Formats: sequence, C-alpha cells, structure tokens
Amino acid sequence: MKNFLAFVAVLVLGFLIITSLNNNEAFPNYGEADISERVSQAYIDRSATENPGDITFGETTDLESGPANIVTAIVADYRSFDTLGEVTVLFISSLGVALLLGGVNRKRIDLDFHPNFMLRVGSRALFGIILMTGVYVAIHGHLTPGGGFPGGAMIASSMLLLYLADDEFRVKIKGFKMLESVAGSLYVLIGLTGLLLISGGFFLENFLDNGVIGNLFSAGIVPIVYVLIGLKVGSEISGIIDNFLTEEAV
Amino acid sequence: MLVNILEIVVSVLMLVLAFFAINSKSLIKSVMFLSSLSMLAVVGFVLMKAPDVAVTEAVIGSGLVTTLFVFTLLSARKVGN
Repeated sequence: MKNFLAFVAVLVLGFLIITSLNNNEAFPNYGEADISERVSQAYIDRSATENPGDITFGETTDLESGPANIVTAIVADYRSFDTLGEVTVLFISSLGVALLLGGVNRKRIDLDFHPNFMLRVGSRALFGIILMTGVYVAIHGHLTPGGGFPGGAMIASSMLLLYLADDEFRVKIKGFKMLESVAGSLYVLIGLTGLLLISGGFFLENFLDNGVIGNLFSAGIVPIVYVLIGLKVGSEISGIIDNFLTEEAV
Repeated sequence: MLVNILEIVVSVLMLVLAFFAINSKSLIKSVMFLSSLSMLAVVGFVLMKAPDVAVTEAVIGSGLVTTLFVFTLLSARKVGN
C-alpha cells in the first residue's frame, strides 16, 4: 500500500512538471531555443561592451574576455564575483567540518579493512597520474573543459587514494591550511588590484593583456585566478577528507 | 538519430539504476548503483555537449562521494560490531 501511494505521488508530480514545462514560453523544446535575443549570445560572441566581429582561434587578439573556453569566460571573467562567493561557500563548509570534527590530537580511524599488496601498489601508481591530470585541468582551464573546481577536486581525490593505500597515512594538514588561506587571500588581492590600479576600474577587473585567444599564456588574470581556485579547492577538500577519516586519540 | 536513441537508452538506464539504488537491501550495493548512475550522468552530459559539467560530475559524483560513502559504511560497520 505504501509503495503504491509513493508510485501515485511520483506519477502526479511527474505529470505536473511535464505539463507546466510543455507549451511554456519560457521553456522552448530542446534545441529550439532562440538565444540570439538573450544575454548569453553576447557572452559567446564576446560582444557585451564592443563588437569584435569574427573571432578566429589562434589569431584574434585583445578581446573583451580572453579565454577560449566559453564556460571559463563566464565563470572566471564576466561573473568572477559570483565565483568568489562560491569559493566562500566552500570555505565556510570546510570551516564548519573542521570546527565539528577537527582537533589537535587525532589519529586515523581503525577500520576492519586493511589494504593488501595490490591495492597499495596500484593506488600509488595511479596517484601521480591523477594528480598530474588535476594540475593539467586546472592550468588549462581557460582553453579546455574543466578548470579550477574539477581540477582541485581531482587533486583531492588523488590524496584520497593515498588514504586508501595506507591505513597510517595522513596529509600534512598544516601545510594545506596555509596553502588554502594564501590562495584565497591572493584571489581577493588580485581583485582589489583591478579596482585600484585602473582609474574607474571595478572589483576583479582583468588588468593584464588578453593576448591571442587560444594560447596558453593568454586571457590576462583568468588562468592565474583559476589556478588559485584549483589550489584552494584541492586543499579544502583534502582537509575535509582528513577530518572525516580521523578520530580523537584516546 | 543514433544520438537520440543513445540518449533514450541512457535516461532509461539511469531511472532503472536509481530505482535499484533506493530499493536494494544492502547499503554497499546501493552505493555502487549510485556510482554507476553518476557514470551514466557523465555520458548524458557529454551527449548534451556540456563537457565542463561532465568533468565535474565524473570527479565528484562517481569519485569523491562514492569513496566517502564507502569509508562511512566501513566505520559504521566497525561501531556496529
């Protein structure tokens, strides 16, 4: 009876969602939306302040926003202030975990599970590959899919692999805390530089040369900021993992 | 046309896996079904041309969250014993 009621509730909710989304002017069918009138078209064409004409990969210089990856152009350039808020949310959550679970005298939780030889060797072999992929994704965030957030999460998951490989292992948590606060402060300082350096500038303005679109050294402060975000996210999630997998020593 | 069929197959499989994740008796199997659901969501995001979301989902959904769940289950079992 309970299962049947749950099934009916799911059907009714699904019917309500489908009927309200169908024939709704705000939600056109998949692939049929006319985005030429919307603000997202200006972000794709990089024409929010000026009209650059046709953009050629590897040739066009000094656009209003340099990253070749459109998502990065929005996340770390047009809407960088929102990203600062997002990073703050992650910082507050890691602070809450550290307040609840953190402490001075802690050791690893003694689980019934002990890594065997294959797991130990395999995890250590994969650790380097995953760490390098994370660093690559964070550094090339303005050119290829990915960026600071997934790159930082990859760095943290490589740390998690080390925890899996050795039941005595712990990261140097003080160094990670230091790295996290330095990266977060540098992000705000770079934003303040944009505000103060240029007359009539604004917070997080791109004060460096945008360069040729598609080059590794292009897009001004965007790669710098994204690498900082990657370091900050990686160290924060590593700290959360360490807090989850340790307990107070008796 | 092929992409459309692939999209439908992926979405139906995701629904089935979500049902199994809720209804399976052992918790560790639930976590495994949830992990494979995330993996299929990655395929769906790639089909919908959102590689950035796909990378994030692959790392967080099927990597970090699954491992944390497994570790939590292991320590809960230790307390239970």
